[in-house]
Amino acid sequence: MDYLLSDEQKMIRELARKIAVEKIQPVAAKHDQTEEFPWEVIKIIAESDLFGLFIPEEYGGMGVGVLNLCLATEELSRACGGIAVCYAASALGTFPIVLFGNDEQKKKYLPDLAKGKKVAAFGITEPEAGSDASGIKTTARKEGDHYVLNGLKHFITNGGDAETYVVIAMTDKTKGARGASAFIVEKGTPGFTFGKKEDKLGIRASSTRELVFTDCKIPKENLLAKEGMGFIVTMKTFDMSRPGVAAQALGIAQGSLDVAVKYSRERQQFGKPISSFQGIQWMLADMATEVEAARALVYSCARAIDAKVKDVAKDSAMAKLFASDVAMKVSTDAVQILGGYGYMKDYPAEKFMRDAKITQIYEGTNQIQRNIIALQLIKEMAKQ
Amino acid sequence: MNIIVCIKQVPETTEVRINPETNTLIREGVKSIINPFDMYAIEEAVRLKEKFGGKVSVLTMGPPQAEAALREAISMGADEGVLVCDRAFAGSDTWATSYTLSGAIRKLGAFDLILCGKQASDGDTAQVGPGISAHLDIPQVTYVKKIEEVKEKSMRVERMLEEGYEVIETPLPAVLTVVKEINEPRIPSLKGMMRAKQAKITFLTQKELALDPQQLGLAGSPTQVVKIFTPPQRTGGEMLKGEIPEIAEKLAELLRSEIP
Repeated sequence: MDYLLSDEQKMIRELARKIAVEKIQPVAAKHDQTEEFPWEVIKIIAESDLFGLFIPEEYGGMGVGVLNLCLATEELSRACGGIAVCYAASALGTFPIVLFGNDEQKKKYLPDLAKGKKVAAFGITEPEAGSDASGIKTTARKEGDHYVLNGLKHFITNGGDAETYVVIAMTDKTKGARGASAFIVEKGTPGFTFGKKEDKLGIRASSTRELVFTDCKIPKENLLAKEGMGFIVTMKTFDMSRPGVAAQALGIAQGSLDVAVKYSRERQQFGKPISSFQGIQWMLADMATEVEAARALVYSCARAIDAKVKDVAKDSAMAKLFASDVAMKVSTDAVQILGGYGYMKDYPAEKFMRDAKITQIYEGTNQIQRNIIALQLIKEMAKQ
Repeated sequence: MNIIVCIKQVPETTEVRINPETNTLIREGVKSIINPFDMYAIEEAVRLKEKFGGKVSVLTMGPPQAEAALREAISMGADEGVLVCDRAFAGSDTWATSYTLSGAIRKLGAFDLILCGKQASDGDTAQVGPGISAHLDIPQVTYVKKIEEVKEKSMRVERMLEEGYEVIETPLPAVLTVVKEINEPRIPSLKGMMRAKQAKITFLTQKELALDPQQLGLAGSPTQVVKIFTPPQRTGGEMLKGEIPEIAEKLAELLRSEIP
């Protein structure tokens, strides 16, 4: 399908595809096995300017928006969902600064993030605060010209490898959700250390670690927006970044579809390629249709964001929900089409299936996405 | 340091098909790319520019669509692209091609270095680089795998041999042809691609170059292609069967019987 992309968008897609095919595909299985952070690929992505796609030009970026970020993430994910998420999670950690940073914060942090010299991460999740973000226990106590952070974040993508973190902590526990604030914390700040690195089912090229804050003093200038704005920062960030997760899911779905179509033409059974059997053809047709529907939804949502449509929470949730469910289904069907070979690590199908699962879980489980969608539907009806 | 990189647009395939009637390559339906060996020459030129300053000009001879190859080179960091394009140049062999390119190089003005890939992946002659050096009467070093040192008027390079390498010091300007061991070509940047899209490509025709018509195109090419064919696939061979020790013994026996 032709999505009427601009020349610039086609260029971004072509560039990301080139990186995916030439630089990611050859190392994807290795990183999946070793769980080593893919610095060599990150460096190539950095030099290609792709880290700056959504960062304003005055802060060293390309200033070209969420759809462009989605195009890049989709193409990178076609080769490896794990390496792609190192890139996409940096965007997640950068969005709060783009959206809520003051000029000084932007000047200080965005140029290095736009150039990919530094990688960012976003920290909200805690052992007891996942879907229920109001359960956050990490605190930030104001002391003179500092805040002192105490607490533990876990499951933080890029944790340990990122240099720049945006962390949500409670500045006033009595106010519940309105008592949370967002802070920029730099790696190397005394009192800020990293806990255990998770051993994951999929996206194993990316690092997932605990962030540990023990009387970690950060200057008060590192507060993003105002005290009490932490959840607004988080929600607005997720509105921007969910299409990115959706694009990651879309890339995984497309990647597994590509593998399935290719294999079905090569695999001979009963004296013919299995692609000649209607049973396989119908599966492939359904997979391709679902991938295309997901793409249409993701791109539309990203375009709405770029056009500054006012409330995108529902669209953004729908894109993430649908694309990730499609990724799980299509990648599972791809394994089925490859049969026994699909189950083996010699073929990339099983990795796509493992990588797909997380897209239904992180940046809000798909159950939470349904809550967001339903709530918005009910609100809209109530307004009529 | 002003560097000229000579590149060629070739079909993207390792299995070139040949039209048996015309003895020419079948280009229809095959995507065109920059000759892979030329990518190393472009990369090396851009690295030298980044280190020592100066300008990288990319030069190619070919049909109008070869402009795409020049733009790709610009996206990797080259400064300008020059396309030598004229019906009069069509059908050139390596002599006529290197004669024409050397004419274009004279037209471009002062330079310190010419870089070429070691050979093109379609013709595989490895003659055009050395030909340019002969026509311009400047030194050549082929199969360069490393530039060790760059001085004001000379350069020390490593030239790859089948076993080991030679270290050669050459005065400048010179022609180097490079092998893939020399570097790893970069992925272009988005800014580079945008610049490449806007870049103005200079077209040079016989009108501007005013070269000796006797040495141009098919008429100026001493090479006569008598026949081009795809060598037949090797057939036959013997598959040894059985348990591994058995196969090994049989294989050793066969090898022994082959040795006179």
